[in-house]
Amino acid sequence: MKSWQYLQFWQLPLSWRKPHGRLSQVMLFLTLLTLVVTIAALTYGDYPVSWLDVVKSLLMLPTVDPESPWVVHTLRLPRVLLGWLVGIALGVSGTILQGLTRNSLADPGIVGVNAGAGLAAVSLIILFPNAQLALPLAAFGGGLGVAVLLYLLAGTQGNSPLRLILTGVALSAITSAFTTLLLTFGRINQVTQALVWLVGSVSGKSWEHVWPLLPWIVVLIPLAMLRSRSLNALQLGSDVARGLGSRVERERSGLLLMSVALASAAVATAGTIGFVGLISPHVGRRLVSSDHESLIPVAALIGGLLVICSDLIGRSVFSPTEIPCGIMTAVLGAPYFLFLLHWSQKK
Amino acid sequence: MTQGLKNQQRLSPFSCLGIGVLLLLACLFASLAYGAKNIPLSNIFTAFTTFDDSYDHLIILTMRLPRSLIAIMVGASLAVAGGLMQGLTRNPLASPGILGINAGAALAVVIVVFGLNSSSLPLHALVAFVGAAIAAATVYLLGSRSAGGPTPLNLTIAGAAVSAMLASLTTGTMIVSQRTLEEVRFWLAGSLAGRDINLFLTVLPFMVVGLVSAFALGQQINTLSLGEDVAVGLGQKTGFVKIATALTVVILAGSSVALAGPIGFIGLMIPHVTRFIVGLDYRWVLPISAVLGATLLLLADLASRWILRPQELPVGIMTALLGGPFFLYLIRWRIKR
Amino acid sequence: MSPLMKRPNALVTRHLSLGYEGKPVITHLDLGIPAERITALVGPNGCGKSTLLRGLGRLLKPTAGTVYLDGAAIAQLSTGAIAKLLGILPQSPVAPEGLTVRDLVAMGRYPYQRWWQQWSNQDERMTQGALLMTRLQKLAERPVDTLSGGQRQRAWIAMILAQDTQILLLDEPTTFLDLAHQVEVLELLWELNRDQGRTVVMVLHDLNQACRYADHIVMLREGVVFAQGEPTEVMTEEIVQQVFDLECRIVADPVAGTPMCIPLSFHARRVRTE
Repeated sequence: MKSWQYLQFWQLPLSWRKPHGRLSQVMLFLTLLTLVVTIAALTYGDYPVSWLDVVKSLLMLPTVDPESPWVVHTLRLPRVLLGWLVGIALGVSGTILQGLTRNSLADPGIVGVNAGAGLAAVSLIILFPNAQLALPLAAFGGGLGVAVLLYLLAGTQGNSPLRLILTGVALSAITSAFTTLLLTFGRINQVTQALVWLVGSVSGKSWEHVWPLLPWIVVLIPLAMLRSRSLNALQLGSDVARGLGSRVERERSGLLLMSVALASAAVATAGTIGFVGLISPHVGRRLVSSDHESLIPVAALIGGLLVICSDLIGRSVFSPTEIPCGIMTAVLGAPYFLFLLHWSQKK
Repeated sequence: MTQGLKNQQRLSPFSCLGIGVLLLLACLFASLAYGAKNIPLSNIFTAFTTFDDSYDHLIILTMRLPRSLIAIMVGASLAVAGGLMQGLTRNPLASPGILGINAGAALAVVIVVFGLNSSSLPLHALVAFVGAAIAAATVYLLGSRSAGGPTPLNLTIAGAAVSAMLASLTTGTMIVSQRTLEEVRFWLAGSLAGRDINLFLTVLPFMVVGLVSAFALGQQINTLSLGEDVAVGLGQKTGFVKIATALTVVILAGSSVALAGPIGFIGLMIPHVTRFIVGLDYRWVLPISAVLGATLLLLADLASRWILRPQELPVGIMTALLGGPFFLYLIRWRIKR
Repeated sequence: MSPLMKRPNALVTRHLSLGYEGKPVITHLDLGIPAERITALVGPNGCGKSTLLRGLGRLLKPTAGTVYLDGAAIAQLSTGAIAKLLGILPQSPVAPEGLTVRDLVAMGRYPYQRWWQQWSNQDERMTQGALLMTRLQKLAERPVDTLSGGQRQRAWIAMILAQDTQILLLDEPTTFLDLAHQVEVLELLWELNRDQGRTVVMVLHDLNQACRYADHIVMLREGVVFAQGEPTEVMTEEIVQQVFDLECRIVADPVAGTPMCIPLSFHARRVRTE
């Protein structure tokens, strides 16, 4: 029985529907898991820090080892926090896109964000190696640019996800051709650097990388949650949605823009980390329902968890070599995705 | 799905094939004539009729002719492989890349270069073929084990997941070892440069077998495209046809990758163009795709040799740059729904 | 002229033209849908009845002409405002996997909700009411895609009911249902019209069902209204012959007394007595 809570502030009719019962449990579980993994990530590294010291540093309490707060706050926390933010941005972006296209295969990559950002970033790294500071900006512009191009070419023709996907494939192929060109002829050191960026990594990130990303997350994710009902309506098909009074074209454009902006911001910060946008909504749907009011926050947390786990595993398993988290998400994500497909289809 | 030419506008398939072959021959001559050094047509003829050890003749017979032949076979194979896949899976997005063929071949080569520090091209070719076959088998098996069997959706999902994972491992290896990166990156972009004629002759029989098998499967694909149930009702042995098609695809695409590295886009795009011109009868779509694919690759190779001469671009890049915008045009103006 | 036409009309089209991608389906149609009555749109395949329904429900933008809803041009009304007056159920709607009946019906309250007002007493009451009217209370927590065809259709109708609109448009609500479920749906629509005065417009394939349940029949052929009126006026052997290219005999339905169309055919068994 869906209950509702009716709050009254100064005679304003405000009411919020209490979401599915499992939501609070799932959110609690995911939050706890995230905290555990975060603390683990903060303890691990060249300079070992005990978990007690980590907790104390986070709470600004005096620690046993005087170096700990510095290591935790300056070296490790920004990296983990950044990874988490990138993960939640990708998770929400993927959820919106899957809702929009009514296709659970959708991933921010298919709208060309990854290809465009990749081309811009690789061009910068190889052609203008001294302008590295502009890298996030260039990547963001590249991602947004290709997505806009995609929308202009395919998105205005109404209800055709097939056309959107095909155009995305074509644009990605063309963009990748240019990227491959640069990778084939660039100087080898820069190419390696470019590859690391392409595969996605949060290594070496500090607080200055966190601040530019934060506003996007803080603004867009609540905005996306506000449009949950509209996403739910779109799931019923554009005819039914229009019959219910939803302004289908406008909603679609707005949601696409939100998804692309989130994905571009994430990619601009940490490179093209794959699979997170694809898997987070999938797992989210198994845990709670497809109701976007519940799905968006859960997918966000799952995305964040996925990235920080991948980063931790990439750092620890093959130490001292660091495997970029973008590789780990694919290595972890692909088999898990296949397992999910196999298991869920056996109805 | 694709609007295609109206029936009145359509030429008969015979004419299309004829025009295609003429176009192919023209491109062949162009490929022999142009490049870092432009050779006049008369010299081309004399190279075959009255061979003397002149520089021009040597270029033609030892460099351009083999290269052009390779381009023709690889282009044809890839186009036909793509056509088979799209017909089999009834999925317009299907291409050899989707079945993980390119990703598997790439990873196999990268591992061999990284682990065994080998530079022998024939070994690379063999390993590429094996990697492609293993990846394709994995994708097919995984796709089949999902409920509903090897439906287009399941195969696409399985293919995308496996390709992504293999691609990540490939990139990871190249990040770890710069030496590997240096050795492999030109091959990874797909190139027809410096391919040994002997290697080509070794692979050629496979390609011929693959092409013949594909053309023979044309009618079966037509039947299968009516739907599984209808095909079974008409008496077709669908399981056998599916396996035969998959094997043919692996042979064609695997040989191409082994020979020239992963060249994308031809398998995806050429079948669309062919269907647009000729319709949906796969008995014609496959041969004409072969001719068009060969033509595209010849042109792309010519462009890659000519644009920045004497420097060469990898041909895989040219196919995307030439084919991409045309594909976009097709999608924008021609695809309904 | 039928006394029906003198009633006020809920929906009116004036010179309405509708088409897809340059192919016109309906041209310059003038039609009035009587209020508080059940209207059936019938006609052979491809005559444009679904297209007309979609145009009436603003799912399809007219290439020319106007549709008026209660006197106001729908092009001038906001889609949210229309959603409170007119509910439309398209052909073969598909519910996302795992969506429960209750959630689907609750979606019908979409036009009345805002992000700051996501649920209210009214929403609760309407959703419950819709579930009761369609007798789906026991199935409320089941996913829609696990229900039978008839139950699923009832769930979609419940959603439209929760939308609480005066006018209901239904595109082939009985196609793909077995006979018992077809009758169930039609009986429900009848009750909604007689007990609550809602205007119902539906596209039907079955002429006999249309005669039994509709007050007003509109026969379309090739995008034009061939005939319209009460079932007894419209269902004549000549009209059926001209619209459907079918020879038939019209008799009175032994149960309801409404006209019933019996197709004549050469190869089926015939009654030997006559």
